[in-house]
Amino acid sequence: MPPRNCALCDKARAIVKRPKTGQQICKDCFFHVFETEVHNTITEAQLFKPGDRVAIGASGGKDSTVLAYVMKALNDRYQYGLELFLLSIDEGITGYRDDSLETVKRNQQQYDMPLKILSYDELYGWTMDAIVSQVGKKNNCTFCGVFRRQALDRGAAMLNVDHIVTGHNADDIAETVLMNIMRGDIARLGRCTSICTQGEDTIKRSKPFKYAYEKEIVMYAYFKKLDYFSTECIYSPDAYRGHARVFLKDLEAARPSAIIDIIHSGEAFEIKEEVKATQKIQQTCKRCGYMSSNELCKACSLLEGLERGVPQAAITDRARKKLASEGGASENLRTIPYFQRPGALPPTAIVP
Amino acid sequence: MSSINVKIEFGGGLELLFSNQRSHRVSIPAKVPLSSKPEDAEKSPEDKPADITYLMYWLRDNLLKEREELFIENGSVRPGILVLVNDTDWELEGEGEYAIQEGDEIVFISTLHGG
Repeated sequence: MPPRNCALCDKARAIVKRPKTGQQICKDCFFHVFETEVHNTITEAQLFKPGDRVAIGASGGKDSTVLAYVMKALNDRYQYGLELFLLSIDEGITGYRDDSLETVKRNQQQYDMPLKILSYDELYGWTMDAIVSQVGKKNNCTFCGVFRRQALDRGAAMLNVDHIVTGHNADDIAETVLMNIMRGDIARLGRCTSICTQGEDTIKRSKPFKYAYEKEIVMYAYFKKLDYFSTECIYSPDAYRGHARVFLKDLEAARPSAIIDIIHSGEAFEIKEEVKATQKIQQTCKRCGYMSSNELCKACSLLEGLERGVPQAAITDRARKKLASEGGASENLRTIPYFQRPGALPPTAIVP
Repeated sequence: MSSINVKIEFGGGLELLFSNQRSHRVSIPAKVPLSSKPEDAEKSPEDKPADITYLMYWLRDNLLKEREELFIENGSVRPGILVLVNDTDWELEGEGEYAIQEGDEIVFISTLHGG
């Protein structure tokens, strides 16, 4: 095939075919459109205001590495006036997270951003290695996912930031839409396409790569020669997501716009009022102060199960009944420190 | 039989299937049977220049150490693996039908690993 010129500048040779548009463009135009689209996503959703302190959830993987690089570039180019931080969660997975954290430490030097690492061990008293030795490889992703979400918020509170950005890309969001449809999880289906989520009690969280294709993120990292880590977690991957992912990649191979189309479908869903009424309202966990849809938040339930030697308690009904029959939690079990939002008054001060 | 030298790079975790080695230099035949699939080679003796589909099977049979299904699917590179020919997206070069030249650099990057 003869080399073709860039569809945008018509000067340089095209090196990449954009999955979103089918356009064939050169390296410089690719960098420019990729960065500009992320900038447009940020400005259209009005994600930031000058002076904001923003933590980038950094795993050392491709998405968060590219996110840190692009956030820094855009903050300089368009003068967002943001103070950027890297925030990493150390799940305590030997041979996986310890290696990827080395990448984050290099990123800290390369991008000149302060880095905070918060470990599961420090926060919950349990590493994922220890959890897997208790629960096996079957349900451990539940623990990891619930614990990571809360750890990110707590790490952000320690950094006193206003906002967490994560590297979730268009493919991730389309996958989540599919999974929520297949599981009938209406509450999550409603919110999984929001670019920014903020409960009353939580730190703002957003996804500047919401419309960025994974292919372009990986191409960007490749052409910019960014330093990222890519190894599959050594514990069993989320099998359900894996199926959604393979299905989505097959769809994309047949029709590249499928990913953005699924996101648009997700955005267009409207939840009926009578369905909304059946959903649980947000409350505060009575034990740790974190947002929760039950008296106890999921992390506290999971931790209590671990501490009492019934790790499945928050996952299966049978184990939950077993735990309940043994009576309430004893005083000397480890719990999660009380959650306080940066700038928020301690809970005692609100009570008249 | 003449052969061509090709530089191969694996990235994004794909190197794990290839002895955890990212960079390889290989020598493959310049002319190959019409069907790249080694199983069908005898049925189609006519020659064609070695293309990326041929290279994919060659890598499977000569360098791949484990889990073929993570590299090849339905006669092509598994969806989610990016291929670059001399730093150009293979989608601009005819994908599997690109005829490999002496000294080419072919890069395979998996996008399927966690971010």
